[in-house]
Amino acid sequence: MEELLLTPLHGEHLKLKARMIPFDGFDMPVQYTSILEEHFAIREKAGIFDVSHMGEIELRGKDALSFTDYLVPNSVMNMQNGDIKYSPLCYPHGGQVDDIFIYKIEDDFVLLVVNASPDYSIKDFNWISQNRGIFDVEISNKSSDYGEVAVQGPISEKLMGLLVKLEGGIPLKKLNRFKSSYGELLGKKILISRTGYTGEDGFEIFSDAEDIVYIWNVVLSEGKKFGIKPCGLGARDTTRFEVCYWLYGNDIDETINPLETGQGWTIKFDKGNFIGKEALLQIKREGISRKLVGLYVATGGIPRHKMDVKKDGKTIGYITSGNYCPSLKKVYAMAILNVPYTEKGTKVDIIIRNRDVKAEVVDMPFVKPVSKR
Amino acid sequence: MYPKELNYTKTHEWVKETEEFITVGITSFAVEELSDIVYVELRPEGEKVKKGSSLGTLESVKAVSDIYSPVSGEIREFNSKLQNQPELLNKDPYGEGWVIRLTPVERQELKGLMNAEEYEKFVEEEKGN
Repeated sequence: MEELLLTPLHGEHLKLKARMIPFDGFDMPVQYTSILEEHFAIREKAGIFDVSHMGEIELRGKDALSFTDYLVPNSVMNMQNGDIKYSPLCYPHGGQVDDIFIYKIEDDFVLLVVNASPDYSIKDFNWISQNRGIFDVEISNKSSDYGEVAVQGPISEKLMGLLVKLEGGIPLKKLNRFKSSYGELLGKKILISRTGYTGEDGFEIFSDAEDIVYIWNVVLSEGKKFGIKPCGLGARDTTRFEVCYWLYGNDIDETINPLETGQGWTIKFDKGNFIGKEALLQIKREGISRKLVGLYVATGGIPRHKMDVKKDGKTIGYITSGNYCPSLKKVYAMAILNVPYTEKGTKVDIIIRNRDVKAEVVDMPFVKPVSKR
Repeated sequence: MYPKELNYTKTHEWVKETEEFITVGITSFAVEELSDIVYVELRPEGEKVKKGSSLGTLESVKAVSDIYSPVSGEIREFNSKLQNQPELLNKDPYGEGWVIRLTPVERQELKGLMNAEEYEKFVEEEKGN
């Protein structure tokens, strides 16, 4: 087995006696006390996550924007400084290398925040580098230089407002959803964005890797009176699942195109050329054959990734994610199903441990996010 | 740290013997390992089970685990409260979180169980691995 990478906060997780698991090549905390407790801290107060395993790829140079625009289906040319956009990163056949966040810092500087993969997001870095062509842009994989934490939950603004000074003296509450700014957190230089993966209001804070331990500890100690809790991957998954945010590797992968998943709004066919455009146009013309849907499971167990979904004994798709939704106290799943079975109300069977478990197609998300993506 | 009046299996069930039946639950160690249990499904009353066969399934957010019968016998009663309140397993694994009651056919089969002290040692060894 390959050796696991450690984030700069690894020692803090051990001090807090977190339960650690391997995740995307990193040794990461799955929970500190209880996934349910951490889940409700995020929904009701606030939670802080170590997300230093996420990758950061910097694109610098004259063509930083136009190169990004060519890499992804979403439109980048119209972004203002401080804007953030979500986009799939597609292969020429329309399947996905990853799904990423694009931070336009300046005209000649774009920061891509990508999912972790072994060896510090080398997969995305290699893909992006291979496609540079004649673009005048310098591509640097800075994943191990950045530390990153996410502070998520209804009191995030109040708490972080006490600690963070934005560049230009702008109060933190003026930082809108999907915007970023440089600033300071008690003397440490940070990049902060109003983004997150939980469906709650919140922030993601980037710093030099060596400053992130200080930031983590300050936020935890200052946040104590607000009820903040350190939260692991378990609660990160239950919170994102309730609001149906896609998880790369589960709901999205190289075999799944963005027209099948509901990511279609990110594809801007009317902009210039981008990787995957031709294939996606063709898929759009011909119509998709399968689609990501939500399923409600009244009883019979928790559906897990890759379990078969059947109708009248015939396989019609598979589960991409399934979980218990703590906020609803109910079990739901997301599944990729053949289009004829994707109408709301359709009854299907999920095969859980060799038994047919009844499920019904329902609307997504299961819980409405506070701030929509 | 494990109740002295109970006996224990290597698959982390606890067993309480009374004259008529035995009660089975899962130990605080098993509960901790599973973390928050959110779904419980148990075999129906009246069903006959063999020693070592599954009495039901416990699911947490991240894991699935079976509970195994320490003895051959018949299921006399299961804890129906667990269906709506699986958290009882986490809150009170030796009391309100009991899982199933069995009428054993071969009490002899219970002889190999560990006592509290032996189980504690067993758990320490498991943790070490």
